[in-house]
Amino acid sequence: MIAQKTAKGSRSEDRLLSFVLLIAITVTLTPVLRLFLEGVTAQDRFSLSLMRDVLGQDSTHRALWHSLTTAGLGTLVSVLIGSTFAFLVALTDLRAKAALVFCLMIPMMIPPQITALSWTQIMGPSSVLLKTIGMAPPLGAPQPLYSPAGIILLLGVQHSSIVFLTLRAGLRAIPQEVIEAARISGAKGLRVWWQIIVPLCLPSLAAGIAITFVTALGNFGIPAMLGIPAGYVTLPTLIYQKLAGLGTSVLAEVAVLAMLIGFVAICGILLQRFFQSQQRVHLVGSSSRPLAIALGRARLPIEALLWMIVAVILLLPMLGLLATSLVPAYGVPLRFDTVTLSSWYETLFRQPATSRAFFNSFSLAIGTAVVLIVICLPLAWLMERNPTRLGRLFDALVDLPYALPGVVLAIAMILLLINLPFTDATLYGTIWIIFLAYLARFLTVMFRPIQASIRQLDPAMNEAAQSVGASLWQRLRTIILPLSAPSAAAGTILVFLTAFNELTVSALLWSSGTETLGVMIFNLDDSGETVMASALAMTIVLVVMALMAAIQLSARNLPKGVVPWQT
Amino acid sequence: MADIRLASVAKHFDGVPALHPLTAHIHDGEFVALLGPSGCGKSTLLRLLAGFEAPSQGSLMIGDTEVANAQSGQAVPPEARNIGFVFQSYALWPHMTVRRNVSYPLEVRGLGKAERIAQTDAALQATGLEKFADRMPSDLSGGQRQRIALARCLVSDPQAVLLDEPLANLDVALRASMQDVFSDFHKRTGATMVYVTHDQAEAMAMADRIAVMFEGRIVQLDTPETLYAQPRSTFVAGFVGEGTVLPINGIERQDNITRARLYGERIAIRTDADHPNQICIRPENINITETGDLRSIVQRSTYLGGRYRLTLQLPNGALLKAESPERYADGRQLGLSIQMPWAFTEA
Ligand SMILES: Nc1ncnc2c1ncn2[C@@H]1O[C@H](COP(=O)(O)OP(=O)(O)O)[C@@H](O)[C@H]1O
Ligand SMILES: [Mg+2]
Repeated sequence: MIAQKTAKGSRSEDRLLSFVLLIAITVTLTPVLRLFLEGVTAQDRFSLSLMRDVLGQDSTHRALWHSLTTAGLGTLVSVLIGSTFAFLVALTDLRAKAALVFCLMIPMMIPPQITALSWTQIMGPSSVLLKTIGMAPPLGAPQPLYSPAGIILLLGVQHSSIVFLTLRAGLRAIPQEVIEAARISGAKGLRVWWQIIVPLCLPSLAAGIAITFVTALGNFGIPAMLGIPAGYVTLPTLIYQKLAGLGTSVLAEVAVLAMLIGFVAICGILLQRFFQSQQRVHLVGSSSRPLAIALGRARLPIEALLWMIVAVILLLPMLGLLATSLVPAYGVPLRFDTVTLSSWYETLFRQPATSRAFFNSFSLAIGTAVVLIVICLPLAWLMERNPTRLGRLFDALVDLPYALPGVVLAIAMILLLINLPFTDATLYGTIWIIFLAYLARFLTVMFRPIQASIRQLDPAMNEAAQSVGASLWQRLRTIILPLSAPSAAAGTILVFLTAFNELTVSALLWSSGTETLGVMIFNLDDSGETVMASALAMTIVLVVMALMAAIQLSARNLPKGVVPWQT
Repeated sequence: MADIRLASVAKHFDGVPALHPLTAHIHDGEFVALLGPSGCGKSTLLRLLAGFEAPSQGSLMIGDTEVANAQSGQAVPPEARNIGFVFQSYALWPHMTVRRNVSYPLEVRGLGKAERIAQTDAALQATGLEKFADRMPSDLSGGQRQRIALARCLVSDPQAVLLDEPLANLDVALRASMQDVFSDFHKRTGATMVYVTHDQAEAMAMADRIAVMFEGRIVQLDTPETLYAQPRSTFVAGFVGEGTVLPINGIERQDNITRARLYGERIAIRTDADHPNQICIRPENINITETGDLRSIVQRSTYLGGRYRLTLQLPNGALLKAESPERYADGRQLGLSIQMPWAFTEA
């Protein structure tokens, strides 16, 4: 009798697992497959002629070269900033580390087009901030950020936290004894750092560099805001310009471009996974107590320097943005008699387009979070309970839609949904295509925290419930859900945050009536409404910081690895 | 080589005392074991000697140099103390070969290449590691890794060698042979060694003197023999050699013989205290005789090979451990006579 019951229980679990896996795979992986098919077919037959054509064009070469140089040098900037912070925070006795780390994470969570917008507000001839303090360059002087160097700098700032997080995780895995052994052998200061610490954290640094490069390569907001005015085109902006200018007639062509950037990205991802696996050197020992090498008299100057860097990359641009949002018209200096909230009022309450964008982004973010939680909770639990080969494959690939550049996923979604199979209907131009793209892209953002918390659950809890006769559904509802709720909540906020700010995917998928907030800022700035764009951007920054603070405050109740900036 | 002097050294972590003020002298060339239950502050004391922690109070001398002084705040950093440290986790550098691990202290000191190779080879040979010199530490077994760690700290001819539970990660069989490695190492080099362990057999087997620690204090620092024969507190009597401690009273002295009353019976005791109030009874202090004055009941007898260990209950409920060549049935009444137990004063 009991044996029968268990068998039945596990069969219902098997069925549920296959079902949920099927949905998850459909949602995440079919678009990528569809894209690949498009690139290697012409008139429904296998052909590489289109690929040859597109890859032979000069514009392709130029954009590829621009993408590689800006992403490569931007990564270098990220490494400089991120590793300086990681080494100092992980190894020394700096004070107020948590606050420092939190501030360093904000640029990562602020959408790139807002980063670009805010930096342009502290440089160039029409900067309200510079005008106000009387330091603006003469009219007609070029905006220095509209250049490859500007793109590189901002890509570097935007992604330095990725290097920081991976490197710090690697540094924390180094047992304290290994460093003490070096000191007792007579090594001191920089020698310990160079001969012991650096070699041991090299794999995680390399992994961080690879994934930063991939992220910078796929960045659309920064090269779009800074590169397009300068006529400097990268692969994502080339795809955007072609599709925006010529419509879906060039779909096959941009599919090849998307495959090209996807290919480079996958090389980077593979490299990152390789280095990550190298990290598991057999280090025996505890790393329980964090290192705190005394900086001595250098501590205060170093702290001052780090906070100054944070001020320059975070505070200054935000001040510029704020200043611009408070003037009546772009170019007017901010004074007591000119300060006004009219653009805030206009943006938040008057403009129908921005209200619509708020509504769209809000619904998309909420909808995505809700659907993903429904998929991910049972999925993570069942995958942990009965590991199958399909599950392992899914586990290895689920990050792909998120790691791949957004333009790749966007093009893939268009190809997949422009003609629904067996009908004449299309989802292209509706909000549903954006929604489905978000589901694919952010599934991993929800899945990983829940997976982390379920892995830390004692399997006996479920078995105990099973032994007293609780059905699958009862167990999910009364045992698994409450125990993984904190992580699910954190995942929800993260999904909401990322979806709310999203630009790259929606930039290619929006049409009149379905614009998102990300697109709205881009469009407002593009049409010269910089003041309104700034007010909207400021609003979003405030929402982002409030949500981040909410996660930070609940961090103590969350399992390890859920809050992305607390490894 | 050098001696180590601790003058009322204490250590607090965030105001919580981990070590109470302690004063001790470890002689040049001595092998001292720090023995005590987990959490009693052994590692903290060792890390103070190494310089990984600074004392909250008191001062510390190694040889003729004062290496730490809480009053003046002056401290010699670990890298300048010329001390060897063997970690429980070995703490080998996984990205260096065995040879480079061992020669690293010489490299740091800027020794010439020829000299470095010669000294490294000598250290590898002394620990029997020549064959593995070009392997990576991750390819070796636990015992071999610990020998690399030992070679690494011997290569630079340190003033003292500190070992923090170096055998705790090894299995029982390996532990015995590694004990011999450490003992031989001590005999050959004459190094001053401080060895942390929670295993009393390990401490007894190797140490010249044992410092028994309890709740942040050294409760007794003596040779293993003295510690066993003359414990000075209930904790030491119980922790070392599982002695039974019972209260006595009515001390009388007569012709160099001291007697006391144990549960009403008069027995002769050994002591150096004026007013001892406890005795430590070890199995060899107990004689089983039908005429014994102290009555007891056999609770259990366990075969130890060649002899039996008896757990005996006295009329007032106290338990005693005795040994006997023959088995006694459970519940049997036995008479005991207690022969010259050690007596001490406990507050
Ligand atoms: N770095 C530290 N910070 C705070 N407390 C510590 C630290 N190191 C040790 N302690 C505390 O000091 C006490 C003694 O620890 P330790 O010396 O490691 O004990 P043992 O090695 O004898 O097991 C313990 O209560 C431990 O929690
Ligand atoms: Mg310890």
